[in-house]
Amino acid sequence: MKTMLKTGAAFGLAAFIAAVGQTRAEASELTLCWAAWDPANALVELSKDFEKQTGITMKFEFVPWPNFADRMLNELNSGGKLCDLMIGDSQWIGGSAENKYYVKLNDFFDKEGIKMSDFAPATVYAYSTWPKGTPNYWALPAMGDANGWFYRKDWFARPELQAEFKAKYNRDLAPPKTWDELKQVAEFFQGRDIDGKKVYGAAIFTERGSEGITMGATSALYSFGFKYETEPGSYRMEGAVNSDDAVKGLEFYKSLYKCCTPPGYTDSYMTEGLDAFKSGQVAMMMNWFAFMPGMYKDEKVGGEHVGFFVNPAEKVPASTLGGQGMSVVANTGNMEGALAYIKWFAQPEVQKKWWTLGGYSCLNAVLNDPSFKSSQPFAAQFLEAMANVQDFWQVPSYASLLQAMQKRLHDYVVADKGTAKEALDKLIVDWTEVFKEEGKISN
Amino acid sequence: MTMVTTEEEAQVRVADHASRTTSPSVTRRVRGLSDRAIAWAFIAPTILLLLAINIFPLIWTIYLSFTNYQANRPNRPITHVGTKWYQEILNSPDVWAAMQATAHFVFWTILLQTLIGFGLAYLIDRKFRGHAFWTTIILIPMMLSPAVVGNFWKFLYQPQIGLFNYIVSFFTGIPPSSFEMLGSVSLSPWSIIIVDTWMWTPYVMLICLAGLRSIPDYIYEAAEVDRASPWRQFWSITLPMALPFIMLAVLFRRIENFKMFDMVNLLTGGGPGSTTEVASITLKREAFEKWRTGYSSAFAIILFVAVFGLANIYVKALNRVKQR
Amino acid sequence: MSQVLTTAHSVVAPSPLSKRIAGTIVILYAVISMIPLAWILMTGFKTPPDSIAYPPKLVFDPSLEGYCNLITTRTRQTQDYIQSLGAPKTTCDEITRKRDMVIAGPSNYLPRFWNSLIIAFGSTFFAVSLGVLSAYAFSRFKIPLADDLLFFILSTRMMPPIAVAIPIYLMYRELGLSDTKLGMILLYTAVNVSLAVWLLKGFIDEIPKEYEEAAMIDGYTRLHAFFKVVLPQAATGIAATAIFCLIFAWNEYAFAVLLTSGEAQTAPPFIPTIIGEGGMDWPAVGAGTTLFLIPLLVFTVLLRKHLLRGITFGAVRK
Repeated sequence: MKTMLKTGAAFGLAAFIAAVGQTRAEASELTLCWAAWDPANALVELSKDFEKQTGITMKFEFVPWPNFADRMLNELNSGGKLCDLMIGDSQWIGGSAENKYYVKLNDFFDKEGIKMSDFAPATVYAYSTWPKGTPNYWALPAMGDANGWFYRKDWFARPELQAEFKAKYNRDLAPPKTWDELKQVAEFFQGRDIDGKKVYGAAIFTERGSEGITMGATSALYSFGFKYETEPGSYRMEGAVNSDDAVKGLEFYKSLYKCCTPPGYTDSYMTEGLDAFKSGQVAMMMNWFAFMPGMYKDEKVGGEHVGFFVNPAEKVPASTLGGQGMSVVANTGNMEGALAYIKWFAQPEVQKKWWTLGGYSCLNAVLNDPSFKSSQPFAAQFLEAMANVQDFWQVPSYASLLQAMQKRLHDYVVADKGTAKEALDKLIVDWTEVFKEEGKISN
Repeated sequence: MTMVTTEEEAQVRVADHASRTTSPSVTRRVRGLSDRAIAWAFIAPTILLLLAINIFPLIWTIYLSFTNYQANRPNRPITHVGTKWYQEILNSPDVWAAMQATAHFVFWTILLQTLIGFGLAYLIDRKFRGHAFWTTIILIPMMLSPAVVGNFWKFLYQPQIGLFNYIVSFFTGIPPSSFEMLGSVSLSPWSIIIVDTWMWTPYVMLICLAGLRSIPDYIYEAAEVDRASPWRQFWSITLPMALPFIMLAVLFRRIENFKMFDMVNLLTGGGPGSTTEVASITLKREAFEKWRTGYSSAFAIILFVAVFGLANIYVKALNRVKQR
Repeated sequence: MSQVLTTAHSVVAPSPLSKRIAGTIVILYAVISMIPLAWILMTGFKTPPDSIAYPPKLVFDPSLEGYCNLITTRTRQTQDYIQSLGAPKTTCDEITRKRDMVIAGPSNYLPRFWNSLIIAFGSTFFAVSLGVLSAYAFSRFKIPLADDLLFFILSTRMMPPIAVAIPIYLMYRELGLSDTKLGMILLYTAVNVSLAVWLLKGFIDEIPKEYEEAAMIDGYTRLHAFFKVVLPQAATGIAATAIFCLIFAWNEYAFAVLLTSGEAQTAPPFIPTIIGEGGMDWPAVGAGTTLFLIPLLVFTVLLRKHLLRGITFGAVRK
């Protein structure tokens, strides 16, 4: 017993010494933080060139989406030193700029001749600038993204289904152009037997914990004519957030959830959707463009089996914005290396390779290339979606606003509490509270 | 082995002592002083650590609860808001909903764990062959990490591919994809109760077992002499004598489940909607997602007070059990 | 008279039938309660398609894919590229390539496991060291307000961790202890020291005072007697206490998820974030969970005699 204790104590002491002697990242190392998803793996592949050129070792910290914002905002707020480079969400820019968590890149861009006018304007606006739309840059647009749709091209192409659909709806079974059409297609497939397996209409976002259901529902809401304010910048939400159009859009999203999703998709986001689609459970899936390159390469449902379409319109064409910019974390111990990485990443040839490996470049030179549209079966759709993107509140208090919306939407859509109008009314109350605290709305 | 060493050393010491010339009274005085010094020197590090890691932060929390401080806006000037947060929390329907979810969870887990736990202890106390082995097996779930195992239960609860639904459907004939333990408003509160009961019934069982074993045989023998029926013996001897132990188990579980976070956070995350949003999850959302530090500090203080009340009751009951 | 005694005896020692019924029910419960753990173990050895098969597969070809996926990160590549790499070097290489992927590098699981070890052992060392000193003082000396102090020490463990984490978060931010192993060791020490004090006080109370007194009469100083007489006598108790502290630190999730992000992150907050390419990778989660639980199973068996004492803070001893 005594020997055991002594060994244990020695272990304990050794552990303590190891903890105290914890060394900080060396100058020849860089840690890049991002979400754990397909494009991140592509970036690992792309970064091998950077490692070869500079001798800097790249380390990666990838966090799954449902935990990503929590973990990384926590990391930034705590003044941690985990990340040298951060590919953070568009909504983080405000807070990170205000608190100087990110390094302002204007001087660096000027010095290195990196021009923001070389990047797609919507991405520069969303991923880089704070205050919004001013020439103050806190990130390099790194990954363009929007919410789109995947569908089973092979199922849609079956003659017997084509005929049955035509007889029922008097139009071709094709990627839907409006939400009403989408719901018809989803209903058409819901519960159907395909190759001896029961399939379902569509996988949509219903996740409660982070941002899932907001990103999913806004895809419908924006198309139905939902607006955040009656006039941009006025913070007057009554009549915009709870307009008749908004109510109709939210009711529609719930009816789609009720009629046409697979069982158990009550808390599903990107990974659950991909699971459903890859296992052949659903005819359509809402998901980010970021997953399209990976899906197209999939052994089972890729290639000929899969097609892609832009988020359907209703009143207006609109897509929910995703995507991120790449920022330098102010706390970095290797500023030089971090800036060198951004400089390397901004080069047109690297950006081109980024696109071929499965990332979405925001560089005009890549996007406007005549061969771009035909380079991938989702390239043209990507350009179309990016032309009509809308984003959530991009303000430093976005997290509170998002949490409120998550709660109200999930309570209404999944937990069956109250009506759509009530949910949106309550949302205005929640948001008003936040803006009052912020001093944006006077009491 | 240990004793031998000590005795040998003691003998050496005796010789040592004999050769000393210090007067007995001086020795006693020095020892008396050093006893006290030792006492404080031994306790001080613990107290200092707790002051630094528990008490100082607690005072800080109290201060913050009267401000509008937000941890993600460190550069914003702090303003004092008085008791605004306390009023807001106590009047918030969402907070009360969370408290209700917590109460539902605490009530049912304790009820189920006590019934099953006591039942198991009663059966194990029959001392059938191999009872020691099976008791150890039963104890395993409570030693495991609620977070890591709770995370895996998410998989067990999947409709279609999950084992839980499959087993239920195997015995009842209900199709496994026809119900969603985690996703439905009516079932999700039970999904967390089931996992907690699975994990912590052994805990209650173990304490109850100690209670049953503490009852001396002669009491039963006396009851036999009085020809008391087994039923009567159970109600007038077994249950009352084991009661303090059951209470102890209940109190421990109440405090633990009142602050429940890890398992529920991983299993349902508070959903669907806010159905299983227990108090700790609400607090986490306010503090570490919305970063309303002032508000959540006030919420934390309210929870502190509630727990402190529980702890007080608990320590009193604990002393009563100990005095037996 | 003799008959009465026999009957009485039979009640205290239950009849063979009631024993058999009791045994059957208890064993049934034990077996059912082990199903989730068996499923974790099995899932770790399934392939990803097998793990999500419907209906759930009880019989399957065991595979190491889950364990490979647990310790590696992988990228999807074209067949041509994979063929250009030459023959696979390891079993994991081979398994990965069958899925049209190549191993890009190690995953974060082993570093997180290592963090768990360092933080658990480090904090246990301090908690037990501090605890044994305080416990001795409370056991042997008259300390003013001893009961209040003991209650104070215990009450710190009753606080909801999320509530405690708010100020700790701010404090660690100021001190630069955020996401450091040292910070986590200090925090877990503070949480565990209350358990250590209460448990060890019980164990030391059981050591007769006469031992030390005899030693002191023999000329030992108090300190000497403590180290040479009391500590060896308390060895078993110290070991049991240490294991309880280890288990707490090993299992802890709430503080870890809020106060660490990478450098000092332990396994519990990491395991739920293991995902595969696209969907959840349940075999990898099963594998990670299995490895994480093995030490706990060993501890449970080692501790079974002291479990009761540990879970009741020493209130119930036998």
